Amino acid sequence: MKTFLAALLLLPALACASSAGLKFDRAPVDPTDLPSLQRGAQGFVNYCLNCHSAAYMRYNRLRDLGLSEQQVKDNLMFAADKVGETMTVAMRTKDAAQWFGAAPPDLTVIARSRGADWLYTYLRSFYRDPARPTGWNNVVFPSVGMPHVLYELQGVQSLKVETSTDAAGHKQQTQTLVLETPGTLSKAQYDQFVGDLVNYLDYMGEPSSASRIQIGIYVMMFLVLFIAITYLLKRAYWKDVH
Amino acid sequence: MAAPKQPVTGAGPFNGVLTWVDTRFPLISLWKEHLAEYYAPKNFNFWYYFGSLALFVLVIQIVTGIFLTMNYKPDAAQAFASVEYIMRDVPGGWLIRYMHSTGASMFFIVVYLHMFRALMYGSYRKPRELLWIIGVLIYLSMMAEAFFGYLLPWGQMSYWGAQVIVNLFSAVPFIGDDLGVWIRGDYVISDATLNRFFALHVIAVPLALLLLVAIHVMALHEVGSSNPDGVEIKKRIDPATGHPVDGIPFHPYYTVKDLFGVAVFLAVSCAIMFFAPAMGGYFLEYNNFIPANPLQTPEHIAPVWYFTPYYSILRAVPPMFNSQFPGVAAMGAAVILLFFMPWLDRAPVKSIRYKGSVFKGWLAAFVVTFLILGYLGTAPTTVWGQFGFDAFFLDTKDIATWAARVGTIVYFLFFLLMPWYSRRDKCKPEPEGITH
Repeated sequence: MKTFLAALLLLPALACASSAGLKFDRAPVDPTDLPSLQRGAQGFVNYCLNCHSAAYMRYNRLRDLGLSEQQVKDNLMFAADKVGETMTVAMRTKDAAQWFGAAPPDLTVIARSRGADWLYTYLRSFYRDPARPTGWNNVVFPSVGMPHVLYELQGVQSLKVETSTDAAGHKQQTQTLVLETPGTLSKAQYDQFVGDLVNYLDYMGEPSSASRIQIGIYVMMFLVLFIAITYLLKRAYWKDVH
Repeated sequence: MAAPKQPVTGAGPFNGVLTWVDTRFPLISLWKEHLAEYYAPKNFNFWYYFGSLALFVLVIQIVTGIFLTMNYKPDAAQAFASVEYIMRDVPGGWLIRYMHSTGASMFFIVVYLHMFRALMYGSYRKPRELLWIIGVLIYLSMMAEAFFGYLLPWGQMSYWGAQVIVNLFSAVPFIGDDLGVWIRGDYVISDATLNRFFALHVIAVPLALLLLVAIHVMALHEVGSSNPDGVEIKKRIDPATGHPVDGIPFHPYYTVKDLFGVAVFLAVSCAIMFFAPAMGGYFLEYNNFIPANPLQTPEHIAPVWYFTPYYSILRAVPPMFNSQFPGVAAMGAAVILLFFMPWLDRAPVKSIRYKGSVFKGWLAAFVVTFLILGYLGTAPTTVWGQFGFDAFFLDTKDIATWAARVGTIVYFLFFLLMPWYSRRDKCKPEPEGITH
């Protein structure tokens, strides 16, 4: 049991090591696309917010997405009483660690540590693996503790590994995911679902990012003017220096 | 008693109050000594902006730091959350936090360019040796300030970065273990460490920094500013005015010029702050958005970019006698060597404009080496792959480690061989006065 726990602690490290060469798909992140963010928030509270908390994110912050407090309360708030509360979960860390091998991480700033592209690829890369306790494995995060929560939507994938030898005689492994049983969504629909979800996670990682960029444009416009004025001022003062 | 002071004139309605102050405080004489009648060479170029910019960033860091302290909690259980609270719930908190985090990196960029200026134009040479030494002490204080501050967000990189650095002190022979415990206040990085680092970051080191900056400016105004020609403007005094022929009063000439420098600097900093505050993981490391976890060592621990040249040197030196201390000693020596610059350089001229090609070549090699070491320090040692062959002397086959070793040697030779190559170099004669 102890070695098993130790192995679990090392898991993310192994994942990084083995996924170093992996190419991630580009996540369709657009902080100005409010309908996408709203769908993403819905997906998040329905599918993620049972095990994963977002303990630094307040429900009423979702007004950023063009929703009223009442709309947030009615449609997105299942696990809290007051709209000013943060997105916590009832599952205890200790239990979670015992069930999954590691406690599900808080997702508030997950997009800032993992990156949107990683998340987008990860959530589309689960496959059936009977060798794992949960029956699921992931190409991006091998031996991940999390089962494929979204399999009803995506369907069931399996992993095909082909070994080929290239001209120089080096053996190359290609991993392909094959959809065995279709889910309730088509591939395009599922990609869009995950895309919205990741867009939301990206927003949640830094809710101020939209206003940051907007304010930044005004600041830069002011600074261009300020540079011009200080330059002219300098030239005027330096007229008599030769 | 000095002669009674003249009443202040030329300040319109404020003449009265300024006279009142000046009879009780050396207001006018300070103003004249440090601004209105501090004569600076008139040929300052691009490289001379960075002194005043460093002062500007220091003020920004202190002011934003004060506001961050109002909501930050130096508590292992609350620190990470309190930073996110600042980023989300404190009005304008994200702006203050990004100003502070971007400011930290910009401070080092500005100071590195300021130091490079000194290396180019011989600003450390007589009579500015003490000025240079105070400057190196400021640089050391900045490193301490940055190191203590980096623990405060209590992310994975904060935690493990601090772990690595404190372990450096634990590598000191005989007293190392006790030294480590003394620094941490615990056997591991913990709440006790966070509390004391917070105290050091917000009070102790800033006080030392401010004091050092004040005496840096005082020493500068005593000996006068150097310039791109490396000549002393005090040697040619206009007999009519008693002021240097090649000098102009700092105020208003350099106050308006530096204001322009501040404007450009703000544009660069704001572009980063508003459009790429993490700067691709260099200013805010991705792993630092994961709360500190003492049970989970990140696969790759890298300090923030401004420490990485020295981190590279640390990693390049192989352990000897089962001890990491040689690497630690090399890293320390790499910084300490800077103190000796005024006595290592034996060239007859100060400025690179009149130095020969040998010094220019060494300085160029030093800068390139510093940048390569800096890059290698951010990456794992496997980043450039491995040698395809084996040999008895290859303790590691990582190409990057060997590159860092070569870099470390070049870094040290730049300083240690300087007494020889700087003296033998063919220099051009210095001009009488400045040439622009």
